[in-house]
Amino acid sequence: MTVASGEKPAASGERGIPIARASPLVARRSSLVRHLRRNPLILVGGTVLLALVLAAVFAPLLAPADPLKTGFSTRVKPPAILGYDSAFLLGSDNLGRDILSRLLYGGRISLALAALAVVCSALLGVTLGLVSGYAGGWVDDVVMRVVDVQLSFPVIMLAIAVIAVVGTSPTALVGVLVLAGWVVYARTVRASVLSLKHQEYVQAARALGAGDLRIVVRHVLPNTQAPILVIATVQVATMILLESGLSFLGLGVQPPQPSWGSMLAEGRDYLSNAWWLATVPGIAISLAVLGANLVGDGLRDFLDPNLRGL
Amino acid sequence: MRQYVLKRLLHSALTLFGVSLVVFGILRVLPGDPARMLLPEGAPNSAVEELSRQLGLREPLWVQYGIFLRSVVRGDFGQSFQFRAPAGAVVAERIPATVHLSLVAFALTVAFGVPVGILAAARHRTGYDYAGMFLAALGQSLPNFWLGIMLVLLFGVALGWLPTSDYKGPSYLVLPSITLAAFPTALVARLTRSSMLDVLGREYVRTARSKGLREGTVVLGHAVKNAAIPVVTILGLQIGVLLGGAVITESVFAWPGIGKLVVDSIFQRDFPVVQTILILSATVFIVINLLVDLLYTVLDPRIRYA
Repeated sequence: MTVASGEKPAASGERGIPIARASPLVARRSSLVRHLRRNPLILVGGTVLLALVLAAVFAPLLAPADPLKTGFSTRVKPPAILGYDSAFLLGSDNLGRDILSRLLYGGRISLALAALAVVCSALLGVTLGLVSGYAGGWVDDVVMRVVDVQLSFPVIMLAIAVIAVVGTSPTALVGVLVLAGWVVYARTVRASVLSLKHQEYVQAARALGAGDLRIVVRHVLPNTQAPILVIATVQVATMILLESGLSFLGLGVQPPQPSWGSMLAEGRDYLSNAWWLATVPGIAISLAVLGANLVGDGLRDFLDPNLRGL
Repeated sequence: MRQYVLKRLLHSALTLFGVSLVVFGILRVLPGDPARMLLPEGAPNSAVEELSRQLGLREPLWVQYGIFLRSVVRGDFGQSFQFRAPAGAVVAERIPATVHLSLVAFALTVAFGVPVGILAAARHRTGYDYAGMFLAALGQSLPNFWLGIMLVLLFGVALGWLPTSDYKGPSYLVLPSITLAAFPTALVARLTRSSMLDVLGREYVRTARSKGLREGTVVLGHAVKNAAIPVVTILGLQIGVLLGGAVITESVFAWPGIGKLVVDSIFQRDFPVVQTILILSATVFIVINLLVDLLYTVLDPRIRYA
């Protein structure tokens, strides 16, 4: 048997239906190019997101000023980019701080928190989904009831209640985001495990003497990577929205640290005389969320159109 | 059928039980003295001691849970020290404003989301489709607090057409309900579209077309009915989305509902009110989900056997 990619599950998967979407990134690289040509939005979204990530990563090099430096004489200057006579490209805020610099540094915090939250949610959710689906029985019952309970609370209400008790800190913020995020993975992975665990190749592995852990990690997990990837991408958008929403309410990143949500909240009090304070960070949030959504949608259509409901 | 209903009822009861454990746990398991959290800051030690005894904080956890559950079932949610009134009454007073806002937003969601989705699917890969889906992508990406602020900026500050805070009449509903409806409308439009596309590719639709039925009859008569089930589910789930969205929307528009109340209460550390709102919103969500699931069995009798 010669398998070009050398990836076992993908090779055995070419025959069965649910496994046909296994390891699609390897098996269908040429069709990915074709898909991108027909569906350029994924590239648009990817470019926007990548640009924002790069801007955040290189914030210290790109920022024209110290994001925390205030100045009385430089308060609420309009954005020079719109032709105003001003020393600030995107204007300055009520404390005379450079908005562009705050935006770049705020992006670091917002995007890093979102990324961390997505990774942690995926780890937790996928693990619970695998265990729940594979073990079945009372373990499955318990995990699924916990999922039901979690889904009964509006995410933001649960988040603010928890933060109110434990206080605001980056750890609490990520914890709350993970609390909100793991459920989708757990549900989806569990469903695919249920359909996978009676597949012939899993039984074959068991017949060959593979242990449960080995079966789950080597044979089941690789075949759930498509939905996990799609959920994770879409969730980048959800996490950015949730984090900036909490920061907007004053429960997320604390001043004077800039974050997109808290910048927006500060700008709200100056709507009548300095509209750019609230407008600029909102554009940044919208672009990041739109970028992540476009990539997620494109990936979903490519990897598995059946996942549309997610 | 009866078995299915019973099973669903049991699940809902179990979920409610879980919800009560979570709400109980947030105050008891997380660090901090619950009695101190349930009292205003700077309350005298004697009051803390008194409440501790009342809540049974010196008893084992399961006894405390029993006391908590008994008072909740009785409708006693403790005293709001922010308003010096029973927390239940404080929350109840704010419910109508949130219900009005959510109902209008829900109506907007159905009135725009469903037709846009149907149109986009019926005119697949045309300008209608692309325009509808572009708007939907936008609706899902604009954070509602920003959308709200931009609407305030445009219609309140710049044009001065509409009121932007408080709730004193129907015109006050316009901006908040648009803000609240944007996200769910986009979601519903996209889901309606994909559900319709799925149905429109089925054989019975081809049969209907080949019988010579007009396209309008095929789409509205045959396809819509069959595409309705996932849409109804997602519409049911939007109640939760609306309740969550109300937290932020109400804060933006100073809307006197439970969303703003919960945020204010957290800054006042008014935990009895927070607890009440958590229990209330989760219960509403569970009941609505139950109703949606039961509605399924009416829409699609096949589900009974699932």
